[in-house]
Amino acid sequence: MRAMAASSARFLPAAFGLFCLLCGVAIVEGMLRAGLLNRFIVPLPTEVIDSFGRLFGDEQLLARFLTTVQETFYAMAILAVIGIPVGTLLYQVPVLRKATETWISALASAPIVLMYPLFLVIFGRSPATIIVMGVIAGLPPLILKTIEGLSGTRQSLINVGRSFRLTRVQMLTKIMLPAALPTIFVGLRLALIFALINIVGVEFLINFGGLGQLINDLAERYDMPGMYATIVFVILVSVLFFFVTERLERWLRRMS
Amino acid sequence: MNQTPQSTAPMAGQLPHVLSADNVTKKFDTAEGPLVAVDNISFDVRPGEFLSVIGPSGCGKSTLFNIIGGLTPDHDGTITVDGEVVRGPHPSIGMVFQEESTFPWRTVIDNVCFPLEIANVPKAERLDKARHFINLVGLSGFENRHPSELSGGMRQRVAIARTLVSQPKILLMDEPFAALDEQTRLLLGDKVLQIQQELKQTTLLITHNITEAVQLSDRILVMTYRPGKLKRIVDIDLPRPRTSDVVSSPAFGAYVAKIWGDLREEASRGMAESERAR
Ligand SMILES: Nc1ncnc2c1ncn2[C@@H]1O[C@H](COP(=O)(O)OP(=O)(O)OP(=O)(O)O)[C@@H](O)[C@H]1O
Ligand SMILES: [Mg+2]
Repeated sequence: MRAMAASSARFLPAAFGLFCLLCGVAIVEGMLRAGLLNRFIVPLPTEVIDSFGRLFGDEQLLARFLTTVQETFYAMAILAVIGIPVGTLLYQVPVLRKATETWISALASAPIVLMYPLFLVIFGRSPATIIVMGVIAGLPPLILKTIEGLSGTRQSLINVGRSFRLTRVQMLTKIMLPAALPTIFVGLRLALIFALINIVGVEFLINFGGLGQLINDLAERYDMPGMYATIVFVILVSVLFFFVTERLERWLRRMS
Repeated sequence: MNQTPQSTAPMAGQLPHVLSADNVTKKFDTAEGPLVAVDNISFDVRPGEFLSVIGPSGCGKSTLFNIIGGLTPDHDGTITVDGEVVRGPHPSIGMVFQEESTFPWRTVIDNVCFPLEIANVPKAERLDKARHFINLVGLSGFENRHPSELSGGMRQRVAIARTLVSQPKILLMDEPFAALDEQTRLLLGDKVLQIQQELKQTTLLITHNITEAVQLSDRILVMTYRPGKLKRIVDIDLPRPRTSDVVSSPAFGAYVAKIWGDLREEASRGMAESERAR
């Protein structure tokens, strides 16, 4: 009885959300069929759903998806290798930190995607341009969260380290970084989302690579249902990433 | 009672004092102006002695503890360990902190292994020693839990075991039993006392619990409230080995009453002052 109540409490919001979404889709479908919306611009939701089969078959949606995932993966690996050490360095050198923190915060909220022509010139229409743009987009939040996590280390834990006479490096690797890990992970999650947005965006802009290019292609061919279906797919991918990383983060938090 | 003959005479061939505080003073700059947290405190600790520092909340006990542990560089006066002036954390001193200090990302056993890991003790030996001290503080069976799965008192016992495992020559503890219930406190007090007697470990215990101080100590330093001065040093002349049973003896009651008399004055002054400040 109680278990049932608990599980319904968990699924009710999700079920309600899905219900609202379906209602919205039904309303759009109705308005299109009634001629209130222009079918030339907005395709029928049923057509959008139907086109998924075609996308997976003719347009190799799965392969496109894997290309984007691969680019994102490389961007994240580079991000972790650069962002966490840079954040640590800035934390350790207060002058550097004071000099750069405002800039990094400003960059975190700037539309970095507009920098793509620069890298297009350097790397050409290649995965490198896309990956670098992902890295640049994810870097500011990761650096800021790394600094935040390190500064938030509880004084009592630092005192334990000092009383056991840890070296500077030991203090960092054995106490401060582990203590900061949950916050750094939030940074990685933000970086992932920023990177993914930019990667798909740049794919679209330079018409190269994974899902972004597919959207560009389909738009140029005026395949509206296919284009919308791909956009829906991109949204589902972001939701999936968000969900998985949130689970991971909760698991990490439980550990600390 | 100040003049009672000393129960622990310094051993031959050893320095008379392992730890000395000379005119230790610490001022804090606060919004309401300078605050003297510790005012000109001097005392000596003999090898193997169990010394308690007792005083009302806010009288400067933790401040003194941090100074002795070498964590507060900008104080006046000197702390000497083994004839050496302390300028930072000293290898002979092990500290147990008042605040929550277990590492949340490590299991109980990994927490306790921490100092041994830092000292590069081989893994098998590390685990053996850690298990021994986990058992000693009554946490066997919880080795693989994370601190978040333990109660506050259990976490504090993990912190105690983590410091004990490094077998410091001088053990400093800041209200280590504060989060424990009375029964556990008495039993753990027995355990700590037993270890202390076995290892001849010099122990400095900071507490605001009179029973605990009398049960465990050779001497008790009573501190005053603002400024934090030394009010009196009381020798506790109760026979050893002691267990928590000593609590019910009449001599014990006499000591408790005497120290309570000292503390009541300070505590009520402290309360009145903080009420006036409000
Ligand atoms: N970093 C600090 N800055 C300013 N004032 C401080 C600081 N640390 C402690 N104090 C003040 O110094 C006084 C002594 O503090 P301390 O923590 O040593 O007290 P305590 O005796 O350990 O109290 P308790 O029994 O409650 O732990 C308090 O009045 C406190 O407000
Ligand atoms: Mg204190």
